[in-house]
Amino acid sequence: MSSLEAQAVSGRRRTTDRLMRATMLACTLLALVPLVAIIYYLIYKGIGSWSGSFFTTDPNGNFFGNPGGIRSAILGTLEIVALATVIAVPIGIGVALYLTEYGKDSRFAATIRYFVDVMTGVPSIVFGLFIYISLVISHIGGDFTAWKGSIALSLLMLPIVTRSAEVVLLLVPDSLREAALALGAPRWRVVARIVLPTAAPGLLTGSLLAIARGMGETAPLLFTTAGAFGLTFSLGQQMNALPLQIYNDLASPRSVVVDRAWGAALTLVALVLILNLIARAISRRSRVA
Amino acid sequence: MQASTFTARGDRPSLERSPASRLPDRALKWGLSGLAAAILILIAFFFIRLIGQSNQALSQFGFSFVFRNNWDVARNIYEGASLVVGTLITSAIALVIGVPVAVATALYLTELCPLRARAPLGMLVDLLAAVPSVVYGLWGVWVLGPKLVPIEKWIANTFSFIPWIGGGAAAITPGNIFVAGLILAIMILPIVSAISREVLRTVPLEHKEAALALGATRWEMIRMSILPYSRSGITGGAMLGLGRAIGETIAVVVLIGDAPVIPKHLFSQGYSLAAVIANEFGESTGLHRSALFAAGLVLFVLTLVVNIVARVFVARSARGSRIVADAGTDDVVVQIAEGMP
Repeated sequence: MSSLEAQAVSGRRRTTDRLMRATMLACTLLALVPLVAIIYYLIYKGIGSWSGSFFTTDPNGNFFGNPGGIRSAILGTLEIVALATVIAVPIGIGVALYLTEYGKDSRFAATIRYFVDVMTGVPSIVFGLFIYISLVISHIGGDFTAWKGSIALSLLMLPIVTRSAEVVLLLVPDSLREAALALGAPRWRVVARIVLPTAAPGLLTGSLLAIARGMGETAPLLFTTAGAFGLTFSLGQQMNALPLQIYNDLASPRSVVVDRAWGAALTLVALVLILNLIARAISRRSRVA
Repeated sequence: MQASTFTARGDRPSLERSPASRLPDRALKWGLSGLAAAILILIAFFFIRLIGQSNQALSQFGFSFVFRNNWDVARNIYEGASLVVGTLITSAIALVIGVPVAVATALYLTELCPLRARAPLGMLVDLLAAVPSVVYGLWGVWVLGPKLVPIEKWIANTFSFIPWIGGGAAAITPGNIFVAGLILAIMILPIVSAISREVLRTVPLEHKEAALALGATRWEMIRMSILPYSRSGITGGAMLGLGRAIGETIAVVVLIGDAPVIPKHLFSQGYSLAAVIANEFGESTGLHRSALFAAGLVLFVLTLVVNIVARVFVARSARGSRIVADAGTDDVVVQIAEGMP
């Protein structure tokens, strides 16, 4: 066999082949270096600031002494993202249902699909500006409030939910729909009782990925929620969030504050990665998607 | 309905639904259509509002807002060529570094990697997209930026004969356009790699087998039958990555140096459209704020154009299949038109 190969493939060609294969392997390993390096430094620099009081005290603006923990940032992120999810997921799935169940290949559906795709390409900071010019300038319900941040995040999450939901809904076999329709079920009942339950795990996966995405966004919150130190449960006030906290602490001349940024970043990445892993686990289990 | 031969109740065939029972159906259909239409209206509304807000700056500076450089907040002059140039240079650096690595990764993962390792390795590359941009910024400021300074100085000194790349070694700071571009390269890598992987998967097996049967080595098979087939899709993927790089804000604002000048060297400080908005928006008023909205408008239009062109490329390559990277986890979604109901 080896003599045959040696005859068939000249030395130079074989060397090129080996070289290119090695290059591609090297590039793959190179691509993994940043991930490993980031996670290593997050743990190395961030774990030290994790403590009981880190999670149970709020940041204070003091220039000296203990800078405080990140309680208000964690809870703020959860509140803002929860509201954004409540807005984005139903609308996102609704639009996807329109596309798969009603619009299909019509020109209007194609336009919607196109603009949903366009929305995925809009920079997150532009969504922040959008909400600023439509809700903050007009002083609706106060200037900077948490719920405006939620709306900005929901705009960002919406196309992610719609795109993933559309794919999952398309995977629901048409035979199921036809069987239900043949039994006399009205269209809305087919959607509610057959299509949605069949696609549920896939829809959940898409939603979780969108939540993970929204959780890490800083730019849309800068112009809408604006950040705060203290803890608040009122979505009508300025609110702290993990990305905002990290952004504000990142360039501080005080090393304790920078340490807090590393601790907060480790917390944020842990939350986002856990959501990602759960989403992937669900999608692997489900029958559809 | 063909059911008119059945016994009729009133004036409609028995199998037809009563108007009342059809109501929820219609409501659902029109409700969902309305929801979809609302998205179009919303985008149009935002676009018009954004033009309205930037009008003051654009009418004052006109085309010199993007073609001349004099961004002077103290004198209230906003000519932002340096912002556009900074955005384009950092994105170009990101593409030059990120795309080859991403495509090589995709090729390795689809063609060469042992089957068992494919899924876990692919997931690890995808996880790069899950890291929030502010975390990239934090890591860039405290780890990557400072660590690269000696290397950058060495490059600037050694290759000082190459214009623009060499020179200015003494002035190198941890935050500069190269570091910002490098971080962007890392950030677009998972998107470009994921799209490339999906595109590579659409290459028909016959093409690969034909090359191998003719005695091609693996690399020759990749070069002759895979790459030509998927070139357009990979180009589209790279452009979607470009769109992402242009719009990235937080990681860039902390790393680019925030100096509104046209960079004289690869390792000079610079500024970008997104960075200037994030940095100066808080304390801006009047004309300054309008100029920042105008920067947002330029950014929006730029990303829009890049995305539209990217989609043309991707659509051309995939021949009826639609491949799109979502902005989020950059999970890639493929729908093959033939498989659609």
